[in-house]
Amino acid sequence: MLKYIFRRVLSLIPVLIGVTFIVFSLLYLTPGDPARMVLGDQATEEAVQQFRVKEGLDDPFIVQFVRYVGKAAFKGDIGRSYVTKRPVSDEILSAFPSTIKLAAFSVIIAICLGIPFGIISAIKQYSLFDSITMFFALVGLSMPVFWLGLLLILLFSVRLGWFPSSGFDTFSAMVLPSVALSAQVIAIVTRMTRSSMLEVIRSDYIRTARAKGQTEGKVIWRHALGNALIPIVTIVGLQFGHLLGGAILTESIFSIPGVGRLMVEAIKMRDYPLVQGGVLYVAVAFSIVNLLVDLLYAFVDPRIKAQYR
Amino acid sequence: MSTQTVQKRRSGIMEVWHRLKKSPMAVVGLILIAVLFIMAIFANVIAPFTYSKQNLMHAFESPSSAYIFGTDEFGRDIFSRIVYGARISLQVGFIAVGISMFIGGFLGAVAGYYGGKIDNTLMRVMDILLSIPSILLAIAIAASLGPGLFNLMIAVGISAIPNYARIVRGSVLSIRGQEFVEAAKAVGSSDLRIIFKHIIPNCLAPIIVQATLGVATAILTAAGLSFIGLGIQPPIPEWGAMLSGGRSYIRDYPYMTLFPGLAIMITILALNFVGDGLRDALDPKLKR
Amino acid sequence: MNERELLLDIQDLTIHYETEAGRVRAVEHLYLELGYGETLGFVGETGAGKTTTALGIMRLIPSPPGAYKGGKIIFRGEDLLAKSEAEMRSIRGGRIAMIFQDPMTSLNPVMTVDRQIAEMISLHRDVNETEALEQAVRMLEVVGIRPERAKDYPHQFSGGMKQRVVIAIALACDPALLIADEPTTALDVTIQAQVLELMKDLKRQYNTSMIMITHDLGIVAEICDRVAIMYAGRVVEYADTKTLFERHVHPYTEGLFNSIPDLEEDRDELKTIMGLMPDPTNLPTGCSFHPRCPYAVESCSRETPAFVEIEPGHRVACPVRAAAEKNGKERAS
Ligand SMILES: Nc1ncnc2c1ncn2[C@@H]1O[C@H](COP(=O)(O)OP(=O)(O)O)[C@@H](O)[C@H]1O
Ligand SMILES: [Mg+2]
Repeated sequence: MLKYIFRRVLSLIPVLIGVTFIVFSLLYLTPGDPARMVLGDQATEEAVQQFRVKEGLDDPFIVQFVRYVGKAAFKGDIGRSYVTKRPVSDEILSAFPSTIKLAAFSVIIAICLGIPFGIISAIKQYSLFDSITMFFALVGLSMPVFWLGLLLILLFSVRLGWFPSSGFDTFSAMVLPSVALSAQVIAIVTRMTRSSMLEVIRSDYIRTARAKGQTEGKVIWRHALGNALIPIVTIVGLQFGHLLGGAILTESIFSIPGVGRLMVEAIKMRDYPLVQGGVLYVAVAFSIVNLLVDLLYAFVDPRIKAQYR
Repeated sequence: MSTQTVQKRRSGIMEVWHRLKKSPMAVVGLILIAVLFIMAIFANVIAPFTYSKQNLMHAFESPSSAYIFGTDEFGRDIFSRIVYGARISLQVGFIAVGISMFIGGFLGAVAGYYGGKIDNTLMRVMDILLSIPSILLAIAIAASLGPGLFNLMIAVGISAIPNYARIVRGSVLSIRGQEFVEAAKAVGSSDLRIIFKHIIPNCLAPIIVQATLGVATAILTAAGLSFIGLGIQPPIPEWGAMLSGGRSYIRDYPYMTLFPGLAIMITILALNFVGDGLRDALDPKLKR
Repeated sequence: MNERELLLDIQDLTIHYETEAGRVRAVEHLYLELGYGETLGFVGETGAGKTTTALGIMRLIPSPPGAYKGGKIIFRGEDLLAKSEAEMRSIRGGRIAMIFQDPMTSLNPVMTVDRQIAEMISLHRDVNETEALEQAVRMLEVVGIRPERAKDYPHQFSGGMKQRVVIAIALACDPALLIADEPTTALDVTIQAQVLELMKDLKRQYNTSMIMITHDLGIVAEICDRVAIMYAGRVVEYADTKTLFERHVHPYTEGLFNSIPDLEEDRDELKTIMGLMPDPTNLPTGCSFHPRCPYAVESCSRETPAFVEIEPGHRVACPVRAAAEKNGKERAS
């Protein structure tokens, strides 16, 4: 098992280098002169030229890339913000906890609602409950996060005054953003749980359990659930990436000081190192979550666990 | 349990159409999409005003008989802007999906067909792309390409490439060893010919489903990008950009955010209805 | 006449599936008898309705799409179709156990095998968890699996071993009736013989009655006391094994015997008789077999043949051949 974990962690490295390559290339291709951006309009042409030489901005692409990776890997240095002049890493790391908190809350909401609804829908396939759940799941899937967020603010903040419309420090402030962000994921988890459950319910081993004289409730609980949850673990893991992406929009709507809002501000200011740094950090976070999911997967499925013992 | 019942064979497409017709949601979705297309094509006939006509005398007017969805801060008719916006959203959605489907499908087919090193390399690259959440990848690309309709399409299109590559590769792998492909090889068909004549048609079903749902995702992503100021810039009436513009006035003029959002949601919902319906119709086994 | 006591007596059982393609008449007016301690061979092509009959006895027909459309299943003098779900639960596993066709998929992949056997024991015996697990290990030994493997998961066993586990589950509570649905079809030929041998031994040891569903007349000859031949939802011929092998009457049975390949050959699948199984949603009128039958006369397409006893314990659903048989016998005597 340890060997598996080790191998899996190692396999992260090429992915991270690949992501860094993409991010760096995009940064490199972005029109505009980074030296000019850092030094500002007042700087003399000479100063700009000096800066270019000092930072190696005239070096060939590949040299610059290797330097970028080296700095990123060993010093955690992925450049400086054009605007605040602070290291991008510092800016992002200080904003990261809010984003993770938001995403984590939303995942928890999605799991707590999506899995039970999906299970009941599957067990009662074709019932009224099933139809209604599936309809709302589809509506949830079609609801843009940013619009849902605005609607929630309009109703619960502006009209009813139940929750604040911005911030993320108090529990009540966390409600609306988490609900807005989780809606799509609830929908996805519900739909996946239902279809996974439907497949399991028709499987031979469920019939075997029934043939033992087991009650329907225990057949579902002891036999179907464990098997149906295996693919759901993967789905939830993959949705985490979706959530991190959605968090960007949600944060900007609810003025939550997370990576997303940081990036949106950076986009407005054309602060490209910060934008691409945000992408890099989120991709790393997503890869780590996927790694954890893979390990969890190995833990719940004995067939996979056995492979790595 | 073997549930294969002897099916009465109808020709493929008619059969799918017949089954699709039986799903009320899919029919509703198709009708809505048709309406959207009509709106987009005949925007200049349907819209009472042009999308950019300002009239500061009539700024912030609530919905009325003259302006059924009200007017925005510049006195532009929101209904007209939404009608014209259908053009933008449909264009972005379909062209972006076209880009990702074409490139992704091609890469997937090549990877699956040739296998070995090529497959390995291509799929590693896809894994890397997949490890960046797609809206983020789109943001990164759009940020570096700069704003504009065309750049938006490219950004959204590229971010969805891995989905198609995976589907096509999977289908190719599952049919590569099958007899009709082997037979084609045996009679000396060229690789390209085999890919286009045999393999692509055989993975059409999952691709169509993915593409339908993909158009929805693309429109949503594009609206999201425009919402944060990365996609299409004013005064072009992109729904996400309209929402973003209406945001500041949400307390006093909520209809400014209500209608563009509704337009996005209905469009996405319609596409999802059709996508779901198509999936069931193309693969009835999955349904029950 | 030798009135034998019946463990199971199925009368006029009809089960249909309502599918998108139409109504599948999986079981139509089926009659079947099984005495105490007997082994009944239940033979027919794929799609004849054998599994449906078996699931029907267990009251495990998936519904929808399946539904009972009539008949009785008398088990130890009581009609199973009149039982409540709770009563059925104590019968399932406790009185009637079933071995399914495909051992690869019949076991829960995320549960150790001892727990899967113990579950059966806890349900029908008054024991605590630990005792159930102990008994489960003993059952594993009975079917020839070492106790060390009790905590293994199904994927760690080969197909034949899995089927042994399935057999252990089925026999764990000493059922009066064991239904084995093609227990060896999914296994390698060499393993088939071993599993069959095991089942034969255990049947004797536990003194259960058994319905052995199979395509394989060789298996029937080896272990069955009686045979029922099924075609398109009906039993078309029923007799003790010796009689059936010596004097089968129904044209379909005759076709089955003619299609037995050489012993050396793989006997997995019956080489079928001229023509194809009819579309189950659209069965021929009259006798379902008439389009394929070399003896068919005009009335066969109109009249559904009655299932009549032509000699004690030998019933046939073919008036044409039954009459010919009778004439032949009269002439001979
Ligand atoms: N769950 C089901 N839904 C619909 N049709 C079914 C189902 N199970 C079996 N059938 C149909 O019922 C008929 C009898 O099947 P089955 O009892 O499995 O036959 P056998 O076991 O003899 O091969 C077949 O035509 C089969 O397609
Ligand atoms: Mg069967």
